[in-house]
Amino acid sequence: MRHIISVLLENESGALARLVGLFAQRGYNIDSLTVAPTEDATLSRLTLVTHGNDQVIEQITKQLHKLIEVVKLTDLNESAHLERELMLIKVKASGAARDEVKRCADIFRGQIIDVTATTYTVQLVGTSDKLDAFIQALAGTTILEVVRSGVSGIARGEKTLAL
Amino acid sequence: MTSQSKQTEMLSGAAMVIRALADEGVEYLYGYPGGAVLHIYDALFQQTKVKHVLVRHEQAATHMADAYARASGKAGAVLVTSGPGATNAVTGIATAYMDSIPMVVLTGQVMSHLIGDDAFQETDMLGISRPICKHNMSVRRPEDIPAIIKKAFYIAQSGRPGPVVIDIPKDMTIPSQTFPYHYPSEVKLRSYQPKLKGHSGQIKKAVTALLAAKKPILYAGGGVIMGGASNELTELAQLLNLPVTNTLMGLGCYPASDIQFIGMLGMHGSYEANQTMHHADLILAVGARFDDRVTNNTKKFCPDATIIHIDIDPASISKTINAHIPIVGLVQPVLSEMLALLHHKKKKPDSAAMKKWWQQIYEWRTVHGGRYDNAAPQLKPQYVIEQVSKITKGDAFVCSDVGQHQMFAAQYYGFNKPNRWINSGGLGTMGFGLPAAMGVKLNYPDADVVCVTGEGSIQMNIQELSTCKQYGLGVKIINLNNGYLGMVKQWQDMNYESRYASSYMDSLPDFVKLAEAYGHVGIRVTEPEQLIPALERAFALKDQLVFLDIHIDPKEHVYPMQIPGGAMNEMFLSKTERT
Repeated sequence: MRHIISVLLENESGALARLVGLFAQRGYNIDSLTVAPTEDATLSRLTLVTHGNDQVIEQITKQLHKLIEVVKLTDLNESAHLERELMLIKVKASGAARDEVKRCADIFRGQIIDVTATTYTVQLVGTSDKLDAFIQALAGTTILEVVRSGVSGIARGEKTLAL
Repeated sequence: MTSQSKQTEMLSGAAMVIRALADEGVEYLYGYPGGAVLHIYDALFQQTKVKHVLVRHEQAATHMADAYARASGKAGAVLVTSGPGATNAVTGIATAYMDSIPMVVLTGQVMSHLIGDDAFQETDMLGISRPICKHNMSVRRPEDIPAIIKKAFYIAQSGRPGPVVIDIPKDMTIPSQTFPYHYPSEVKLRSYQPKLKGHSGQIKKAVTALLAAKKPILYAGGGVIMGGASNELTELAQLLNLPVTNTLMGLGCYPASDIQFIGMLGMHGSYEANQTMHHADLILAVGARFDDRVTNNTKKFCPDATIIHIDIDPASISKTINAHIPIVGLVQPVLSEMLALLHHKKKKPDSAAMKKWWQQIYEWRTVHGGRYDNAAPQLKPQYVIEQVSKITKGDAFVCSDVGQHQMFAAQYYGFNKPNRWINSGGLGTMGFGLPAAMGVKLNYPDADVVCVTGEGSIQMNIQELSTCKQYGLGVKIINLNNGYLGMVKQWQDMNYESRYASSYMDSLPDFVKLAEAYGHVGIRVTEPEQLIPALERAFALKDQLVFLDIHIDPKEHVYPMQIPGGAMNEMFLSKTERT
């Protein structure tokens, strides 16, 4: 099963390498990973999408906890949560495809943020599923480049992952 | 000088390294000099509190520090240079990591501005050591050195212990640049707060389950030794009349001579320990981690058992075997709390059921009982270990290498005290034995310290015979020489139709002459009747290293041996018998 794990990490050199190394050493999967500093400059917030059975996910969270630089973590799947991913997608937009891509982007509430005579670059924000669906919807056009940010997640309601 | 200026003493980074070690109570620093650590060596030279032990290979420095920690419970300290000095220490760091041994390893590094330039003797030691240590850090500012060293010792020794590496670029230790020195008295880390006490509700549940059990077993591992909980464990076992088995790492945490001790369990565990485990209705696992050398096939593991698992590391619980009653905490306070509850309740397990259970265990004990064929003309390794145990009154520090001799020592020495059996259990590092024995002998000069080894393992760190001479380390080396890499040969006998691919050595040195060349005493034993006089002579030479080259039966195998893919209780009992 797919899990989104949110981690507060000491913003120190080597901390990220240690965390990523753990996944490599123990053969866990990373489907996506996003990391950036928080409002507190000493902390990074990291969102990691992984998958595995319950036993594997339990080991992942326990092993992450053991890393000295991991301050706190939560498995967002344990409660209601929001997830968003950003995608920038460059497609061929000439002839009939030019209108089709525009229409499709509108339907998905994407924005065309760069235009040339033959291409569009569309920005789209949503769940990973929505981004997948948009790529599917563009099946008839030529996709030149896809850039995805990986998932960021946060719990719904008053629940927070903070110090 | 005012009192304030006394408090803010100015030291160079190099001097701070050594002073911090002294303030941490480090007596011996094991290491080897080189370019990147010369400032630190110069600071070492100018003081007397921290004594340096010059090894002949950095791997030995790490094993010495590691063995000191295994014997004393306190972290050992190592200093090596950058590049090859650091990479030579890697095996020792991994050895300590696999067995959860506290150790602090200081590695030199090239000057900060050269890092990443592929400078002379540069290697990314933080990257290399990351997966094999509990934590690692690099020094970015010389004034941080005391706090970093304090933090390293704290992390190494608290929670589940382990090695910590500190990488020190050479420009952090320049003698002419001084900074205020203050050694912190404690460390607090927001991201690392190991649990100490166990959950009271879980402990109550565990006690109730223990009292209700009809076929219980106590399965205790290295965590009991590093956690200093042998007394509590022994008291609990005796209060409840529990059969006790130990892992390879746990030997000595319960006295082997006691009737309730049923031997080591696992791959080369005793017949009765593996049977008792398999048939138990309750397993109380204390400071043990259900590793593959214990469980055999996890799918067939102990089908009827409720499992209580006490461990300081939550990640060890339900990793391979699901625990029904997990208790995270230091084993010593958890066992104390269990004892207090039991004393308060004044209840005992069902005595009729326990009597029946013990009868069954006694029956299992008669099936194999550690027997071996001692009739052959050649010396048997098991017999040698028994005689070593006899002459040292079962009270020596026994430091082992890795292979058949290690299993024979584990099975036949009989450890009655914790911290006396020192071996590389998790990583299985050949070459561990001699440096380990050296580390123990240096710190316990009056104790008998034995290195049980084989002609394969001993040659992996044989150069340390020179270090032994320099520091007068009177270790007794029991070299069980069968001319083969015995454990490899045993597997080749059992699984490869005795095709001895590279397990035979036909150009062994004359170990007696070799010992003499290094300035020690060498004794060769080829006939059974020579053994006891040789041992007597060796142990009478108190302050001398004696190398006993004992020629043993090359055909001997270690039994029992679990059958791969089987349950706990499926074993080969000899070359011709199996369960």
